Amino acid sequence: MQPLEPLTILIAEDSAADRLLLSSILRRQGHEVLTAANGVEAVEVFGQQHPHLVLMDAMMPVMDGFEAARQIKAMAGETLVPIIFLTSLSENEALARCLEVGGDDFLAKPYNQVILAAKIKAMDRLRRLQDTVLQQRDQIARHHDYLLNEQRVAKAVFDKVAHSGCLNGAPNIRYLQSPYALFNGDLLLAAFTPAGDMHVLLGDFTGHGLPAAVGAMPLAEVFYGMTAKGYGLAETLREMNAKLKRILPVDMFCCATLLCLSFQRRSVEVWNGGMPDGYLHRIASGERTPLPARHLPLGVLSPESFDERTDMYPMALGDRVFLLSDGVIDTCDANDQLFGVQRLQQVFATNRHPDALFEEIEQALRHFGGETRDDVSMVEVSLLESAQISPPALVYSDSGQSCPLDWSVSFEFRAATLKRFNPLPYLLQLLLEVHGLRAQSGALYSVLAELYSNALEHGVLGLDSGLKRDASGFARYYQERNTRLDELREGYVRLSLQVTPTDDGGCLTIHVEDSGKGFDVERVMARPLEDIRLSGRGVSLIRQLGRNARWTDDGRSARVEFIWEALA
Amino acid sequence: MDDTHVDRDVLSALQEVMEEGYPDLLDIFLADSEERLKVLRAADSAALLVATAHSFKGSSSNMGALRLTELCHQLEQQARSLPRPAVQELVGEIDREFAGIRPLYEAERQRCPAKI
Repeated sequence: MQPLEPLTILIAEDSAADRLLLSSILRRQGHEVLTAANGVEAVEVFGQQHPHLVLMDAMMPVMDGFEAARQIKAMAGETLVPIIFLTSLSENEALARCLEVGGDDFLAKPYNQVILAAKIKAMDRLRRLQDTVLQQRDQIARHHDYLLNEQRVAKAVFDKVAHSGCLNGAPNIRYLQSPYALFNGDLLLAAFTPAGDMHVLLGDFTGHGLPAAVGAMPLAEVFYGMTAKGYGLAETLREMNAKLKRILPVDMFCCATLLCLSFQRRSVEVWNGGMPDGYLHRIASGERTPLPARHLPLGVLSPESFDERTDMYPMALGDRVFLLSDGVIDTCDANDQLFGVQRLQQVFATNRHPDALFEEIEQALRHFGGETRDDVSMVEVSLLESAQISPPALVYSDSGQSCPLDWSVSFEFRAATLKRFNPLPYLLQLLLEVHGLRAQSGALYSVLAELYSNALEHGVLGLDSGLKRDASGFARYYQERNTRLDELREGYVRLSLQVTPTDDGGCLTIHVEDSGKGFDVERVMARPLEDIRLSGRGVSLIRQLGRNARWTDDGRSARVEFIWEALA
Repeated sequence: MDDTHVDRDVLSALQEVMEEGYPDLLDIFLADSEERLKVLRAADSAALLVATAHSFKGSSSNMGALRLTELCHQLEQQARSLPRPAVQELVGEIDREFAGIRPLYEAERQRCPAKI
């Protein structure tokens, strides 16, 4: 009958003989015994010595067992201190009172050693069970706190990375994300390219919690790194896909929509892999063009079979691109009905003020589902005048002592290279070694990009820029571009850069030649500079941003200069 | 004194449990009982009679005093309803029962002197 672990037991009993007898029985059973002769003493001893269990006589002088039991239970709080009432009470009413004040069991006189031992054992088991439950509850609470703290730290670190972009600075971005959306795998990134275009990514990793957030870091790094260096969507997508494919387990991937919004060309380039339809909202007509998923998510396909082809859409000033995560359309109501695309389009249909769209969608979700999910992400980017958008100045870490000032270099990119390779980031990196050019890196990049795409698209591929006059032609133009590029067998783009020092600074001459048929230089040059028709933007942009822009050899050869003054 | 008054098995069980504490237990029981009888004889309220009879019943049952337990139980149950003479009669009976069994407990006490 020896218990595994001796207990400290308080006996509260006014009858000295019974107290002595009970003490002896309990000691023989291996327990430590404390005694009290009335309720007040019992409460006192309990407060000082915290026994594991109390044997309590109901009828005692000074303070009876009922009141003492009530006080002891209150002092014990969450810890279970079993109280066994010692009583020969035969009235049901009195027995009920014992239970009301928190009594756990009864023991009748005369005392039976076997029954007493069994009751103590049972109560001890209950007591330990309660202890274990409390410990586990506290442990769970600690783990929970720990986890929340980890998430806070991870979020803080991630916010530093994610918000190194222009998400919060640019006047044309509005977004709405639940605070811990990251831990539902939602990811929103935005940054300027050196040419002043804006890249935006809305991604949604599979899974939840930390695992879903883990892939966000490398994805953000690739996004920001490559956008800042001037890579286009295609190269960035290829790299992001390859990286995720390499590092993520098979069942993890990232649905994503990537945008390149060009303020100068007034267009948006879209790649959607597995995300819900985005929408291009044309303010003039009120029409919303869906931007559907045409690809598998990032991290699914091998680099060889990955398809980075994008869709190109013209935009007018004020037009908006709206992207959303599946948390919006997959919100469930009480009957497990999905919110769905139709309800979203109803919100679109009743929307009067474009700026109120987010609130209206949120309201519709609340109205529908009753509670908001924590994985709802929405972003809207609008096309503003490029003058209204100011990309942040780039920060360079080198001192300038090794700045190259007198050199030239030329390249010839041939058909197989033109198909897949974008030389512009490399050329820009090279040119930005020249400190004097850094202040005009945006203009420089824009001009380089225009010269290169003119040479490639109109020159080598022979595409007619007149196609881009209207929206449908615009789309056809880019389809045709992809087709011709795929089929390209021969042709070249030659590009030479010449940097020469001058008395008070320096001069860069860019010279681009192509293997195409050329164009009617006189006619194009006769157009007014401010002509902003879709088809004419390239040439006028180059003339505005560069110096002494001129075309020779029937348009097959273009030259433009950038000059700078000596730095202080 | 026959076994309808005191249960001998209870006494031997008590001795086994109490070991050297057995004489003390006997002393305390006898002294407490004297105290309680005094209270019962002088009691002027039913509540005091009930409470004292209740305690006395408990100790008596633990000590194997079968008849005494029974009488105390009766008093506890009936103190509030019986007329005063009947109560006094019952208290007198308890008094006599205790006087009757007392020598037996004293003999036990003599048989097992406290160890020094």
